[in-house]
Amino acid sequence: MFRRKNKLPPAATYREVWRKGDWTTKLSFFVMGASALKNRQWVKGAAFLITEVAFLIWLVFSGISSLSMLSNLGTLKTKKVVFDQSQGVYLTKLPDNSVVILLFGVLAVILLIAMVGLYWVNLRSTRKLYVLNRDHGHIETNGEELASLLDERLHSVLLTIPIIGIVAFTILPTVYMISMAFTNYDSHHSIGFSWTGFQAFHNVLSGDLAGTFFPVLGWTLIWAVCATATTFFFGVLLAMLIESKGIKHKAFWRTMFIIVYAVPQFVSLLMMAQFLDLQGPLNNLLLSWHWIAKPINFIGASANPLVARITVIVVNMWVGIPVSMLVSTAIIQNLPEDQIEAARMDGANPFQVFKSITFPQILFVMAPSLIQQFIGNINNFNVIYLLTGGYPMNNNYSGAGDTDLLVTWLYNLTFGQTQRYNASAVLGILIFIISAVFSLFAYRRTNAFKEG
Amino acid sequence: MKSYKAQRRLSLSLRYVLLAVLVVVWLFPIVWIILASLSYNDTGFVSTIWPEKFTLSNYTGMLLNKQYPFLDWMRNTLLVSTVSMILSTFITISVAYTLSRLRFAFRKKFLQIALILGMFPGFMSMIALYYILKSFNMLNLAGLTMVYVGGAGLSFYIAKGFFDTIPRSIDEAAEMDGATRWQVFLHIGLPLSKPMIVYTALTTFIAPWVDFIFSGIILSSSGNPKNYTIAYGLYNMLHNAKGTSTTFFTQFIAGCVMIAVPITILFVIMQKFYVNGITAGADKG
Repeated sequence: MFRRKNKLPPAATYREVWRKGDWTTKLSFFVMGASALKNRQWVKGAAFLITEVAFLIWLVFSGISSLSMLSNLGTLKTKKVVFDQSQGVYLTKLPDNSVVILLFGVLAVILLIAMVGLYWVNLRSTRKLYVLNRDHGHIETNGEELASLLDERLHSVLLTIPIIGIVAFTILPTVYMISMAFTNYDSHHSIGFSWTGFQAFHNVLSGDLAGTFFPVLGWTLIWAVCATATTFFFGVLLAMLIESKGIKHKAFWRTMFIIVYAVPQFVSLLMMAQFLDLQGPLNNLLLSWHWIAKPINFIGASANPLVARITVIVVNMWVGIPVSMLVSTAIIQNLPEDQIEAARMDGANPFQVFKSITFPQILFVMAPSLIQQFIGNINNFNVIYLLTGGYPMNNNYSGAGDTDLLVTWLYNLTFGQTQRYNASAVLGILIFIISAVFSLFAYRRTNAFKEG
Repeated sequence: MKSYKAQRRLSLSLRYVLLAVLVVVWLFPIVWIILASLSYNDTGFVSTIWPEKFTLSNYTGMLLNKQYPFLDWMRNTLLVSTVSMILSTFITISVAYTLSRLRFAFRKKFLQIALILGMFPGFMSMIALYYILKSFNMLNLAGLTMVYVGGAGLSFYIAKGFFDTIPRSIDEAAEMDGATRWQVFLHIGLPLSKPMIVYTALTTFIAPWVDFIFSGIILSSSGNPKNYTIAYGLYNMLHNAKGTSTTFFTQFIAGCVMIAVPITILFVIMQKFYVNGITAGADKG
């Protein structure tokens, strides 16, 4: 049968609804829910109406001012002393708080968009009612409407609360921070700041922060590759060792390793920093065994950058290999045995079996989660922050040390002494772009795998 | 034939030795943490592996500490994590179920937006969350709980991967018999997702116990240690104790051990669910 792929045209255009609809239908274009009320869908109509009234009240009393102040983020940028004529005294006027103005401006924009969406839903519902009236179809009663919420419209019931949560705690902050990247919000403009376009991007990519950004970016990528590759590779090897024939009490051995991962990171990594300290137990142990002549400065403020970086990667292996082992164990147990058997019959030794069969199969299955891990490592805050705190210091960097990743630098720029909030917002956007590029690449690759 | 057997025995014992060595290497720092928590020390610094003198005073000192109210932290964290666990699990499971089993107009859009939002580093929104909560006067435990719960809607991937593996024909059969989708969700979806519910509840319950960053930003402005959660309280204690008040360092370690032991045990017991959780999405390859 011939089937058209294009969507069917709507049963009635909005123009037709407007021209031929009765007065309540026409009214629905201005007063949301009018048409629903006319057709005895009280609950729906009342909900539309109340929302619109509430929205208009909010718009008049607070929305309009929030939106209009968004254009310049407050007029008063610096603290001023002005002479008040009426009282004859000098008054200190504090600058407008741009942080709050921007926040409520973004909130107002989001509410506006939500309202436009709701208005569109209202129009669709009006059109549906118009078409049903025109064609003498069955108009759903209140009861049917409500019952459909638990059936055809279950998704809207189940998603309402999560979406409110996402909008309030993810979308609002994210949009807020993105807009902050286009301001001059820093320690010099800590209360009143203004829009400055791409100035902050310019600072990071070619201005005074570029000398920090590119080296830190380079280390972040090196770190992410090394951390992902080492934990994955050795995790697979460890899993195969535990899964190999003859080893008893496999669950016990796995648990021994998992304990390290299960300990909260702020405990294990903070204590690891103590353990590796210049005067810490590891150095004392190595000294007393006469393996080293003088203590090694693994992660201190004046450590060798290369030593510190290697230490960070090794410590990350300590934390990361157990979980990688756990995941690859599940995959190894499900690997088809026949290929391995066939290879053995043909005289392949265990190393060849691993290299040509087991490892590629695991790699294939784990490719998507490896990309996830890679992106996770780009954003691996805990290991760096708790273990080294970004140390050793690098005098060529601004607000970052040799082991700092982009995220820890972002954190320092906000909560450290430099207080360059706009630059940290720019970094957030750049990290997003990097993650997005890698994810896109990964999804295309995995799709290619699937087709091939 | 005998030589083959001997070779196999040798290989097996070599593997056992290797495993044992690795376990020792891996657990050595953990054992040291426990030893350090038992060591008598007032230098604010632990530089030995085997304590010169054993004592339990670090534990009693931590529990009775007035300046760092450990028991208050425990109670706060228990409260936050329990509420967050119940709400987050409900939200995560319903989002995952909806996206996996139901078909509706903006499903694809929702997945795409979630994917994009997930790529922004979480730290970026911290300042914003701080100001949002501040302007609504919510810089307290309730605000912290809301932050944890608010993020739950986007952590649906693992649970969705799980639901994707359950054949849809079960739902369709029930719908044929006249069940509404709500009934399908309640009587088929939820019972089938028990391991997923356990996994989600476990991870959301543990999160407040180990998070020292968000809790620090949100709770620190009150300045009252009684309002802290355990992770931030201990972290804050270390930063104050290091260098200044030297007797507190070993108490900090004792506090860490007290908190790490139950979490570790919980995690080890639940590791089966954890593996199922991680691999549920990856299995489809």
